[in-house]
Amino acid sequence: MPSLNLLGQALLAGLFTGGLYALLGLGLSLTWGLLRVINLANFALAFLGAYLSYQLATALRLDPFLTLAIVVPAFFVLGVVLQLGFQRFGISELVSLIVTFGLTVILESLIQWIWTADFRRLETPYVRATLKVGTLYVGVSGLLGFVAAAGLTLGTWAWLRWSYLGKAARALAEDGAMAAAFGVDRRRLALLLSGLSAAYAAVAGLFIALSHTLAPSQIYAWMGVVFAAVIIGRLGNALGLLAAAIAIAASEALTMAVTSPGWAPLVSFTLLIVVLLLRPEL
Amino acid sequence: MRLAPGLGFLGGGLLLALLPALHPPAFYETVLYLVFFWVALATSWNLISGYAGYFSFGHAAFFGAGVYTTATLTATYAVPFLWTLPVAGLVAALLGAGAGAVVFRVRGVRGELFALLTLAITFVLSTIVLNTPIDGGPGVFLAAVPVPRWFGSQNATLYLLSLIVALGSVAAAYGIQRSRWGAGLFAIRDDEDVAEVLGVPTYRYKLCAFAASCFIAGVVGGIYAIFVTYVTVPDVFSIGLAVDAIMMAALGGTRYWFGPAIGAALVTALTQALTGGQSAILNRALIGAILIAVIVFLPDGVAGGAARWLKRLARPAGAVVVTTARVIALPTRPGAAAGTPLLQCADVRKAFRGLQALAGVTLEARAGEILGLIGPNGSGKSTLINVVSGYYQSDGGRVTFDGHSITGVDGHRIASLGLSRTYQIPRSFRRLTALDNVALAAMFGAPARSREAARREARRWLAFTGLADRAAALPEELNLHERKFLDLARALASEPKLVLMDEVLSGLTPTQMGEALQLVRKIREQGTTVVFVEHIMPAVIDLADRVVVLSYGRVLAEGKPRDVMRDREVIRAYLGRAYA
Repeated sequence: MPSLNLLGQALLAGLFTGGLYALLGLGLSLTWGLLRVINLANFALAFLGAYLSYQLATALRLDPFLTLAIVVPAFFVLGVVLQLGFQRFGISELVSLIVTFGLTVILESLIQWIWTADFRRLETPYVRATLKVGTLYVGVSGLLGFVAAAGLTLGTWAWLRWSYLGKAARALAEDGAMAAAFGVDRRRLALLLSGLSAAYAAVAGLFIALSHTLAPSQIYAWMGVVFAAVIIGRLGNALGLLAAAIAIAASEALTMAVTSPGWAPLVSFTLLIVVLLLRPEL
Repeated sequence: MRLAPGLGFLGGGLLLALLPALHPPAFYETVLYLVFFWVALATSWNLISGYAGYFSFGHAAFFGAGVYTTATLTATYAVPFLWTLPVAGLVAALLGAGAGAVVFRVRGVRGELFALLTLAITFVLSTIVLNTPIDGGPGVFLAAVPVPRWFGSQNATLYLLSLIVALGSVAAAYGIQRSRWGAGLFAIRDDEDVAEVLGVPTYRYKLCAFAASCFIAGVVGGIYAIFVTYVTVPDVFSIGLAVDAIMMAALGGTRYWFGPAIGAALVTALTQALTGGQSAILNRALIGAILIAVIVFLPDGVAGGAARWLKRLARPAGAVVVTTARVIALPTRPGAAAGTPLLQCADVRKAFRGLQALAGVTLEARAGEILGLIGPNGSGKSTLINVVSGYYQSDGGRVTFDGHSITGVDGHRIASLGLSRTYQIPRSFRRLTALDNVALAAMFGAPARSREAARREARRWLAFTGLADRAAALPEELNLHERKFLDLARALASEPKLVLMDEVLSGLTPTQMGEALQLVRKIREQGTTVVFVEHIMPAVIDLADRVVVLSYGRVLAEGKPRDVMRDREVIRAYLGRAYA
């Protein structure tokens, strides 16, 4: 049995990884739950964001967090354009999955063409900075990522729950035609949500760049576990997503500490299977 | 005509099978092997996902089960390679059937949820294989496994094996699509609940389709293991493999037995042509763009696009509209003696959370009568129909039909006893023509029929309901009253002893209503008992022999229509105390 300190460290790692899962899943959960678009390209977008942050930070010597000022608005526009395309062709849920897979392939090729298939690592002061809290080491970039994840998911959740626009978005998800009949501008709201989701992918990208080595093939590495978190947390429910993401990442981290790292996926996906079978309504 | 695909198939297969005898450069055999590999995988994926609409994202899991079965049996236990192939298929099929046996019981797991479940199975299985001696991490070497030499080379053997599997899977897809099973699967894809109530054994059909699909994937995996000679977990259990198969099937057309094969051949050829040389990366992007373009502009795939184009070409020639006379003779069927109880509900209860929709309903419908079921909105009429037809499980009480207890019995079994229904809002299978909608019911009704007999029967019922000239139309091309009559034709085509009609008259014009009343009388004349839910009182008085009034989930009154209408309790329930 590993020591208490090791378990604490594992839980902390789980917490931070969970934050990253939530950041990656936020856009997916919003577009799927509210717009019925399963945006597989969310992962490729996040990696494009990561590479852009990497490029801006290394070439222009910008502070990594400043790169968000450029990448986030650009991605918002990208998300809006994507949704414009979906609306133009009246795309169904299943077709959205296939289209965004095609988009993923295109983005992956683009990334590989520009940055090659080699591993890239963003070297900044944040990467190595750690704080010591009691007996635990706390990575600064991990902590910041978690704060960003918690802030964005809580903010989104509160926005959807209490603001008029958020209520309109939820009404839209439940019965689009009826919401439109009561004066909700379906198209513009959908554009806003899609833009927001892409912007979240940009933020997720930055924290991936800060905490992980980048390679185009890594786009696919996160899909399974993030999908699991999005579904366990209930579609369109940002708070549920955060809780599910942390639960999954923490259980993975504990599995790694107690058994071997190889067994970690078993936990999250068994959890997903059980949740789906016990509470299948989305 | 019917022989043509079979002969073409056999001829093409033989030609391809003779290829190794010519000793072509190994390159051609390898490319063709790849084409066959993908044809088999995409076609197998389509059996469960295209036909039944259960979207599998986890085909890599079942493929991988086959890969590692063959790898383990040949490398560890020295089983001859050819013997391992059926075992690989069986292991994969058992895995699929095991997963399906659990998953298909959960009503809510459809479409995307099924996709994610199968995705999760991939990860769970790959983790287990990676961490146990099955693989253990370093991968399995299979170069030393002896392979029989057909036509003098191992490559030719693998080529021929994959050819056999590809042809076999396409033939299976063809056979299934033309069978009752296939018709049932297509109905499940459009509306599973309706399919069940029409007599399709949905659970068994899905399970068998999934197992068949997994079996093919497993055999393909077994051949693949020996073909690549070195297998690793990340290569085998990759989402990419599942997604590629999906992409090919979608590209070719998921509603056609040959669609996935076309898609597989196109994509493989395209990949071979484009990924050589310097611009490999950009060409991959091009494939992504082609995928998007095809799925956006041809939602039914290449095969669907071609079919639509052919139909448009053929239309001017065959634009003769045949209107069949409405009055057709209906055979009277021997049934239970008139007046004896056919359907009996005893103290039937059903609650939705706090709402007691049925609070102990006891009533009976007698053979040969027209029973009107009336009551204010929310009194439990539709719930009762849903319980009787097997869509809802009741919380208590007993339902007996024609001497059989049907409490808690699956919908398709109730249907085969001779009970059918219509829906308040018509629920047609939206991708099937009016004719096929009705034929499905005839196929799975009380007397089970072949596809051809069912189509003949369906034409009769379309004529009976005045829809003869709309046989080729899709439900979305029909107006509301036509769709209501289509629903009715479908309910009648199963030759029920009793038909439950949920508000067939609402929304009809007075003329249409007159026609509908005539229809209902004629239905009864041929010996079918009718229970109908209705709000239009003149029609109820006109039509019903007897009326049962429900209110708050209980029977409030029953008797002759005119007596019941004068009942003070009934007036109070409908209009309030002041009028009573």
